[in-house]
Amino acid sequence: MHIPDGFISIPTSAGFGAAAAGGVWYSIRRAARLLDDRRVPLAGLVAAFVFAAQMVNFPVVSGTSGHLIGGVLAAVLVGPWLGALVLTVVLVVQGVFFADGGLTALGLNVFNMAVVGTLGGYLVYRALLAVLPKTRPATVAAAGVAAGISVVLASLGFVLQYAIGGEGGASVATVAAAMGGVHALIGIGEGLITALVVGAVLGARPDLVATAPKTEVAVHG
Amino acid sequence: MDRRLLIFLGVGLVVALIVAGVVSGFASGEPDGLERVAIDKGFEEAAADHSLGDFPLADYAMRGVENERVSTALAGIIGVAITLAVSGVLFYGIHLYGKARHRKEAA
Repeated sequence: MHIPDGFISIPTSAGFGAAAAGGVWYSIRRAARLLDDRRVPLAGLVAAFVFAAQMVNFPVVSGTSGHLIGGVLAAVLVGPWLGALVLTVVLVVQGVFFADGGLTALGLNVFNMAVVGTLGGYLVYRALLAVLPKTRPATVAAAGVAAGISVVLASLGFVLQYAIGGEGGASVATVAAAMGGVHALIGIGEGLITALVVGAVLGARPDLVATAPKTEVAVHG
Repeated sequence: MDRRLLIFLGVGLVVALIVAGVVSGFASGEPDGLERVAIDKGFEEAAADHSLGDFPLADYAMRGVENERVSTALAGIIGVAITLAVSGVLFYGIHLYGKARHRKEAA
């Protein structure tokens, strides 16, 4: 889902770049209150893991692959504001060092994946938590489902950008249908990986999951 | 920092390095979702070459390393290190900024 240079016009890219910068600045302000000596290395580890996981493209349908975005994963583990910054760091590193995602498209990509995917997906996670029982399996399921939906949300971010300043003359309606469809499939993989990792961390160190609800402990006897 | 947290961070880092250095070698090389849509809907021609495409790590391949697996693995491991370094500087900086703001508000 990393947009290269050329797909979206420069003025549109600049506009979304400004919106993305606003989101990043707001996230910095909010994250500044939460960061302590424990969360600084944790957020670094989550960024490193998201970078690594994004390298692993999995096949979805014939001739098409997808990879983890990791926005909801990061938001669940370290909170939404740090999560958005984790994704921003990964996207900057990929764009600058690995030629993955165009430099003029960096704002578009940060907008779609760090802002819409991470913060939007986190809202879905919170909404699911509100209606689900406060148990560990429910938390894992909420993270997985929200992660899957976040991929579609991020892909619709691209559709919006293409509708405003898309190059190449494809019709917005067919781009929307195709983007939503393929990313719903990629979202299944995103959901499974997110559930797996959140479940593993909750099993090992539930106290390190910033957004997990306090689970009810069954008392026997 | 307590010892249990250090163990968690160490295990997490090893997992990240295995994913970037080993699992990445099995990644699908097919176009991703956006590339597929661009090809099918006829706008992939609009893509420009990356302005830093000559960088030694471009496209997750370590330049000058013939073996594809090794080249990808090296790029992945270096990428994990770069990501850790950038996030370390950024997040520690934000932490200091937060502390300074807090002190100013308290004063």
